[in-house]
Amino acid sequence: MMSATTSTLDVARIQADFPILARTVNGKRLVYLDSASSAQKPEAVLAAMDRIYRESYANVHRGVYTIAEEATAAFEAARTKVARFIGATDSREIVFTRNATEAINLVAYSWARANLREGDVIVLSHLEHHANVVPWHILRQERGVEIRWIPITADQRLDLDGLDDLLDGAKLLAITAMSNVTGTIVDVAGLAARARAAGAHVLVDGCQAVPQMPVDVHAWDADFVAFSSHKLLGPAGIGALWARAELLEAMPPFMGGGEMIRDVTTEGFLPNDIPWKFEAGTPAIAEAVGMGAAVDYLQAIGMDTVRAHERALTQYALDALADRFGDRLTVYGPAGADDRGGVISFLFDEIHAHDVSQVVDEEGVCVRAGHHCAKPLMRQLGVPATTRASFGVYNDRADADALVEALAKAEAFFAI
Amino acid sequence: MSGLQDLYREIILDHYRAPRNRGELPVPPAHLVEGFNPLCGDEVVLYLEVEDGVVTDVKTAGQGCSISQASTSMMSAAVKGKPVDDARALIRAFKALMSIHESKLEGAEETDLSADLEGVRLGDLEALQGVVKFPVRIKCATLAWNVLQQGLDETAAESEA
Repeated sequence: MMSATTSTLDVARIQADFPILARTVNGKRLVYLDSASSAQKPEAVLAAMDRIYRESYANVHRGVYTIAEEATAAFEAARTKVARFIGATDSREIVFTRNATEAINLVAYSWARANLREGDVIVLSHLEHHANVVPWHILRQERGVEIRWIPITADQRLDLDGLDDLLDGAKLLAITAMSNVTGTIVDVAGLAARARAAGAHVLVDGCQAVPQMPVDVHAWDADFVAFSSHKLLGPAGIGALWARAELLEAMPPFMGGGEMIRDVTTEGFLPNDIPWKFEAGTPAIAEAVGMGAAVDYLQAIGMDTVRAHERALTQYALDALADRFGDRLTVYGPAGADDRGGVISFLFDEIHAHDVSQVVDEEGVCVRAGHHCAKPLMRQLGVPATTRASFGVYNDRADADALVEALAKAEAFFAI
Repeated sequence: MSGLQDLYREIILDHYRAPRNRGELPVPPAHLVEGFNPLCGDEVVLYLEVEDGVVTDVKTAGQGCSISQASTSMMSAAVKGKPVDDARALIRAFKALMSIHESKLEGAEETDLSADLEGVRLGDLEALQGVVKFPVRIKCATLAWNVLQQGLDETAAESEA
């Protein structure tokens, strides 16, 4: 399907596009390995946001003057770019939100409250981020829906043996396309087909997958896909919900206010057309433009190339960690990089994740320590916290090597 | 690694590797109190025996990072056998060491932290002062002391009831 085995990414050239990578930390080169939490931003994104504020800033969809027209055109052009990026054919199917969390909450508050009632079943998995867990817990408290959990295997893949029983009578399957802790890539299309056969709608948390691999929402055959800009090399403060137009048309508004209305009287209101029906209030205009620029940047590289790069670098890092630390370091997730994205969670037998993170910071290496907003998964792993390294387009083998060296220092530092 | 050496002083690593007073006490007569640090999963469990205004015995359990567990170990060693009033003075002094301003109300005079430190011998506990340079780790160091404070408050309430 693609020449994904060899990475053609010129990482040195990519790195030059990211101003922050030129700085040092504790006198050491900055080695940023926390892109799964939030990615760094290329100059193109910073420039696009700066340009709109300096040259064309005004509120959108309101004024008829020149710069208001320019701002509106830039904002809507960003929507079209984001839609194309994930294979959507209709830009009305992209609703801008604050982040992916808000996108999932939008579905929970609007679609689910209009369509689910007591006893209805929602199926989640043990891999989910809190953003795809807590909105459904809230709905359960309010509506009495039932939540079922797809279990995981010993190497943190989904255990699909009992899936038909779990999906029996389900109204919604809400599933991540890639774990933010173990990097496990989920077969969304396969799961969606089985969910659909059972009569369930399908929501996909695309936060980790959309920045790392080619995504086509129609190939997934999903109903809802949530993702954020800030993990996608874009600014924080904006994200998107993609949903089928006919679902959005039928859904009640999420928040009320300006922009989302066609008419308001003392008696009531008429909602606006989609997607604006779901975009109450002045949106994050420059952030949307920045997200569009980030999408342009990634598309210029090519998402097949991005995925090939992530796979090759992840495999290199997995091998390097195993070579250096052997059994002393537990690495979670699928053994090889074929079924995992650029995320590696690990734990030394004798050293707490936070202590590891603290010591490697001294070497300029930024890794995350904690539960990664996935406490149901941490309970399955039986640990309170892991250390996590994650890769972006700007990381290379030297970064993976720096991680291994810094971890060796941490191990020596805490040696008994 | 000067910053790191300040944070992870040898005495701290010693308490982390060989924690004092690990174990359990029968409840009752001992009082059981637990505390968690939700952000990083540090957990401190304290068995506290208080008799006639004296902390007669302390045992600790739980898990977490080196700072939280070393602080727990050092705290247990510092308060075991001490009058409750001295233990409370130690709590105040330790929080002052961590630059934590207790009950500072808007418009109130700046609390003089040195007053809480005066006349209290912190001993080994002073090794934890390096934590102040790493603000996100302060809550790791103070967890055990918050748990102790809760335990002392609860045993005081019980003996009054």
